[in-house]
Amino acid sequence: MALNLREAVKRPERFTGGHRLCAGCGASVTVRAVLRALKPEDKAVIGAATGCLEVSSFLYPYTAWKDSFIHNAFENAGATISGVEAAYRVLKKKGKIDDTYKFIAFGGDGGTYDIGLQSLSGAMERGHDMVYVCYDNGAYMNTGIQRSSATPKYANTTTSPAGKVVPGKQQFRKDLTEVMAAHHIPYVAQTAPFGNFSDIHQKAEKAIYTEGPAFLNVFTPCPRGWRYDTPKLMEIVKLAIDTCYWPLYEVENGKWRLTYKPKKKLPIEDFLRPQGRFKHLFKPENQHLIEELQKEVDRRWEMLLEKCGE
Amino acid sequence: MAIRERLSGNEAVATAMKQINPDVVAAFPITPSTEVPQYFSQFVANGSVDTEFVAVESEHSAMSACVGASAAGARVMTATSANGLALMWEILYIAASSRLPIVMPVINRALSGPINIHNDHSDSMGARDSGWIQLYSEDNQEAYDNIIQAIRIAEHKDVRLPVMVCMDGFIVSHSVENIELLETEKVKEFVGEYDPGLDTLLNPEQPVAMGPLDLPPHYFEHKRQQAEAMKNAKKVILEIAKEFEALTGRKYGLFEEYKMEDAEVAIVVLNSTAGTAKEVVDELREKGVKAGLIKIRVFRPFPVEELRDALKHVKAVAVMDKADSFSAAGGPVFVETRAALYDAETKPVVISYIYGLGGRDVRTNDIMKVYNDLLEIVETGEVKSVYNYLGVRE
Ligand SMILES: Cc1ncc(C[n+]2csc(CCOP(=O)(O)OP(=O)(O)O)c2C)c(N)n1
Ligand code: SF4
Repeated sequence: MALNLREAVKRPERFTGGHRLCAGCGASVTVRAVLRALKPEDKAVIGAATGCLEVSSFLYPYTAWKDSFIHNAFENAGATISGVEAAYRVLKKKGKIDDTYKFIAFGGDGGTYDIGLQSLSGAMERGHDMVYVCYDNGAYMNTGIQRSSATPKYANTTTSPAGKVVPGKQQFRKDLTEVMAAHHIPYVAQTAPFGNFSDIHQKAEKAIYTEGPAFLNVFTPCPRGWRYDTPKLMEIVKLAIDTCYWPLYEVENGKWRLTYKPKKKLPIEDFLRPQGRFKHLFKPENQHLIEELQKEVDRRWEMLLEKCGE
Repeated sequence: MAIRERLSGNEAVATAMKQINPDVVAAFPITPSTEVPQYFSQFVANGSVDTEFVAVESEHSAMSACVGASAAGARVMTATSANGLALMWEILYIAASSRLPIVMPVINRALSGPINIHNDHSDSMGARDSGWIQLYSEDNQEAYDNIIQAIRIAEHKDVRLPVMVCMDGFIVSHSVENIELLETEKVKEFVGEYDPGLDTLLNPEQPVAMGPLDLPPHYFEHKRQQAEAMKNAKKVILEIAKEFEALTGRKYGLFEEYKMEDAEVAIVVLNSTAGTAKEVVDELREKGVKAGLIKIRVFRPFPVEELRDALKHVKAVAVMDKADSFSAAGGPVFVETRAALYDAETKPVVISYIYGLGGRDVRTNDIMKVYNDLLEIVETGEVKSVYNYLGVRE
């Protein structure tokens, strides 16, 4: 069922222009890439948690979604789409619907790693035939860049500000992809809009067309929150991947597989340097903090290699 | 032929749900409503309903899944109590503002803290401004009858609002009483096939978007439309009650008037306390005292004009609230009842009693005390205290 990339990029967009996300926001790139994996003949219901994506894509009376769309609240995209999917199953059984529908929920890292974790976990555990996509920009961007449990250690955010005594966020990020893998659902993957998009396209297609629950964690840069030059979106993504800060892998029916291995693993500094949120780390007295981050990246990467049998 | 049965309140509600055979039920257990999803999942397991039962991980998700399923065009139900209802609070507003006709039995229980599993009305009173229609039920028969009517009320094109059907935890939910059930065929015929219209997520002809960011240019208009639907509900509730009466012989209104024609003193109550109070009214009537009772069935929308008319000839009225609003000025039903009387030309004295919190028993002699207080007011023309607590150690 491998996705034909050439064919897929020609598919009409299901998330239109005219939304109000910031210029260069990774969220729209992530959404388009995921939706492109939908077969044109299949219908979809898309759900979104409260956050940047939702408030800028469906401002009454305009919508940027070509498919049916539902926003309920911040923490319940998982449960909301569970309900839609349950309704679909029963209405189909009763012969009231005959089209094929796919169900996709989008949530930011705040709505997924934090406040929405329970509802996401419940939806996955119950086995609804749906895909939950986290567009992970590492903070609560919509409310003005507060730390989330996905925020990288030492990032400067408005609730983990870098000050004279505290150099930004004090904890390493939660590894939600692994938490989701521990649900032993049919498909879990970590990906990013990257290069020719084949990684995200293929994973999105597998996630959507695998029966049962699937989870995609997508690295999604935010020029506002990360304080980098807007046109550098793709460069930042590549650096996250090549420093092994954001490894690309999938867990299919319990089998772990690395889907990209950098030819040359870059130092974490390369990912940190272009981003204003890490500026304070480059003061000479903070060199040891970067070393600490490097150690943790290395440790997590080694563990992942082992899981993937590399 | 109606079916005579002996069922608890929870069984009666679950039986109504079975006969309605909704498309989706999403629920999470909480005493004293736990039996409702338990009975219902047994019906699912036995194949006596075609419902998709979603055993969610919390009440927040129960209501969230109900919103999703209802937006998708399914007929949807759930049930809860107390903290479960409180956990749904955020989504209750979303269900109502999205005009989703979800029907939910609420088995009334005291709200934490402190934690207490017994009956009072602090849960549903806390949700009174969420935009849900609220029906109250004296006993298992009324709970059953209200559930069946609630489906029609919620789905009516002039209403399209979610409905809570409240009944007292344990007192009704766990007490076995005689009940008259309708034949399943008759229930099915009465509630009919659900037609969600075209605005559903699963309409293949036309995708829709629900739950927008609704800024100042439109939000107010949407809330105004929602308020209008609540106004429409009053008429619809009465129409459906008439149809239900034709089917069953059981008569329902916005409230029940018990010996009110010539009453000089009256109390206003919700739910099962009405049963206890009727005993007291009968006793007083035997002694020649003109006592009456109003049992509110429809608390949202609030029957302002009708209550005013029913009470304006009475000399003194006590409104009994099984929930405190901590306004330091009386319970929620009291406040609204007294406001309803403001426009009456002749107004009774209206006083408030908070009673029965956390399952504290209310016996006939407690209620007798309330009537005696009213009689004293009538006799002396003096109101000692407007805001009162009944049956508490002071
Ligand atoms: C219960 C609740 N708490 C807080 C909020 C306020 N809120 C709206 S969006 C948001 C942050 C969203 O962050 P994230 O999920 O990371 O998405 P992003 O905005 O970054 O796209 C917050 C805190 C809310 N809507 N609901
Ligand atoms: S703040 Fe960041 S996540 Fe939000 S729209 Fe702008 S770029 Fe996108």
